Amino acid sequence: MKKILLILQREYLVRVQKKSFVIMTLLGPLLIAAIYAVPVFLALRENKVRNIAVVDESGLLKDTFKGSKQLVFTPIGNSLQTGKQAVLDEKYYAVLYVPRISVDNPAGIKLFSKKGISLDVEGAVERSLKKEIEDVKLQQAGIDKQVLERIDTRVSVDTMSLTDGEGERDSSTGAAFIVGFAAAFIIYISIFIYGVQVMRGVIEEKTNRIVEVIISSVKPFQLMIGKITGIALVGLTQFLLWIILGTAISTAAIGVLKSRDDVSQEQVDAVLKESPALEQRANMPEKVMTALNTLNIPLLLGTFLFYFLGGYLIYSALFAAVGAAADSDTDTQQFMFPITIPLILSFVLAQYVIQNPDGPLAFWLSMIPLTSPIIMMVRIPFGPPAWEIALSMVLLVLGFLLITWIAARIYRVGILMYGKKVSYKELGKWVFYRV
Amino acid sequence: MYILSAEHIRKRYADHTALDDVSIQIPKGSIFGLLGPNGAGKTSLIRIITQITAPDQGKVFFNGELLAPKHIGRIGYLPEERGLYKKMKVGEQLLYLAQLKGLSKAEATARLKVWFRKFEIESWWGKNMEDLSKGMAQKIQFVATVLHEPELLILDEPFTGFDPVNANLIKDEILKLRDKGCTIIFSTHRMESVEELCDYIALINKSQKILDGPTKQIKNQYKTNTYVVEGEGKLVSLPSMFDVRSMQEPEEGFFKAIIRMPQGVAPNQLIESLINQVQIHSFVEHIPSMNEIFIRNVTGKTDPLPAEELYKLSQTI
Repeated sequence: MKKILLILQREYLVRVQKKSFVIMTLLGPLLIAAIYAVPVFLALRENKVRNIAVVDESGLLKDTFKGSKQLVFTPIGNSLQTGKQAVLDEKYYAVLYVPRISVDNPAGIKLFSKKGISLDVEGAVERSLKKEIEDVKLQQAGIDKQVLERIDTRVSVDTMSLTDGEGERDSSTGAAFIVGFAAAFIIYISIFIYGVQVMRGVIEEKTNRIVEVIISSVKPFQLMIGKITGIALVGLTQFLLWIILGTAISTAAIGVLKSRDDVSQEQVDAVLKESPALEQRANMPEKVMTALNTLNIPLLLGTFLFYFLGGYLIYSALFAAVGAAADSDTDTQQFMFPITIPLILSFVLAQYVIQNPDGPLAFWLSMIPLTSPIIMMVRIPFGPPAWEIALSMVLLVLGFLLITWIAARIYRVGILMYGKKVSYKELGKWVFYRV
Repeated sequence: MYILSAEHIRKRYADHTALDDVSIQIPKGSIFGLLGPNGAGKTSLIRIITQITAPDQGKVFFNGELLAPKHIGRIGYLPEERGLYKKMKVGEQLLYLAQLKGLSKAEATARLKVWFRKFEIESWWGKNMEDLSKGMAQKIQFVATVLHEPELLILDEPFTGFDPVNANLIKDEILKLRDKGCTIIFSTHRMESVEELCDYIALINKSQKILDGPTKQIKNQYKTNTYVVEGEGKLVSLPSMFDVRSMQEPEEGFFKAIIRMPQGVAPNQLIESLINQVQIHSFVEHIPSMNEIFIRNVTGKTDPLPAEELYKLSQTI
């Protein structure tokens, strides 16, 4: 046990002190912050008022033709030629030309500009025109706009789940969807990243030929377990630092944005609203937070931790065996394949499982130890029966014990085997070798 | 008293037998040469002694006790293919390896300081392993092997990669360790170092032990009753029982002859025959080198004085 701790300590310290670890840990949250901050920042910079001249031959547009805060429309009579000249002289950003059109077929509207027109501006102009023409149509049909506004109804269905005894409980399918998928994704990605690190570590020891020195002091199994747990701790450390740093950076960034005189919170909100994608992103944490309240948080966190560790341990044991059977990084391909298949497959199938979280596919995949860490995590927010969770966990533990046993047997033979192309048949033999 | 005795060891791998009924006894405080050509089974035997693998059959005793994991800390092993973690600092790495052998951190630090001073490598402590040259890394590895002061030290080709100065340094350290009571198993196919260092040898070929015993005894056993005679004059004729294997004239009026006699004939009889014809300057019995014994056993050649050996002998002056 003391030796496992020593190995764990070395694996952990060596990786945590690496430059790449420090850089990734610092850059990770910065990158995420940048994904939010850069579009907002750029949109804010772009945010100057644009003057657009309007040449309206149809006479459909009222003088009061309204733009938005960023777009000002100015009617300049009926000569397109003067309009174009004005744009060339940079008096206007662009000139909007509306030919004689019927409201039923508004074709041939053009926007001339000296520089290229951004998609934002084009969209804004289109939205303004659409509204204006719709108003005209309403008038022609004799519908009062105010009546229409009264008719406009917003509907939102609150989904409730029925449970025995407790009665109704709020449930949010959307939240369950997002949370389940996010959890599965995190597990999937980290199994890959840290599993491969385990494999690299094994190959490094093998190619450096240090393994023989170590193995004359400790058992191969101790070395394998120490390495796997050490790297698991590296992963957990990185997650923890990301959460801390991410929170700190986003708080700081919002603070900076708010404190700037020329940018008000309303402006930030306005930018976010104008771009639907950004809005979604900006509202996501909030939505998730409210939705999270409808979920069973302790169960969710508990199972996440369990399936995260279970999944990581099972797969990294396999990755360690692959590293031991290979002589170099390039050698690993043939054995990587059968390991990554269940992993990738479970992530792909997760998208179907999430559509039908209680179906037979969902049930069986959440029982098989190699797929359950991802599939069960997708199902947990939808509240699968307790016995299924329990059974899946028991099977995962049993699967872990079996797979680690097999992996350890391949490992202990493989790490001392040099310069030999290994076949699957041979791997099978290794499992039953006497040591 | 044997520090280690292996009895009837058998070890099979999937497609070949690595060790076939091999028994060796290693006397305490000796330097024991484990010899054999590549692929003979030396490394397999060493891996069993270091408990990296276990034999299919047979038993190993350490100081009379059945070999068990508790003995790991009392054995030191320098593998032939060696290496250390490249991205680790020299000092940290040695501390780590010593702790794996069961030393406390404080004890390991104290001992390391002594070794670093002895090898005059104090400045290497904070260096990364990958910044060291091959020879430097070998030195570090040697320190890692002996730091926990093992009772039994297994060195597999310890001199490869060293320049003559450092090879001598390591050789002196090995002898010092032996004098302190450490037993050393020395696996090699460089026969000159065997002759210099080993008190006992065992020769393994094709998974079997074919020869073992004290070095001197084995050499005597392989004597061929051959003498190298040099002198002045002309050696005309000798009784037919003397087999002149080679005759040379290094200078006008001088000779060098290699003469083999039948078993049981005393050298004085040869001298008697010579003394009437020539002036004898030197009369030396040819004792086979370890190299010769090795080759003779491994290749299975029965000729006690093969042509290449004869040639080598006639060239030395």
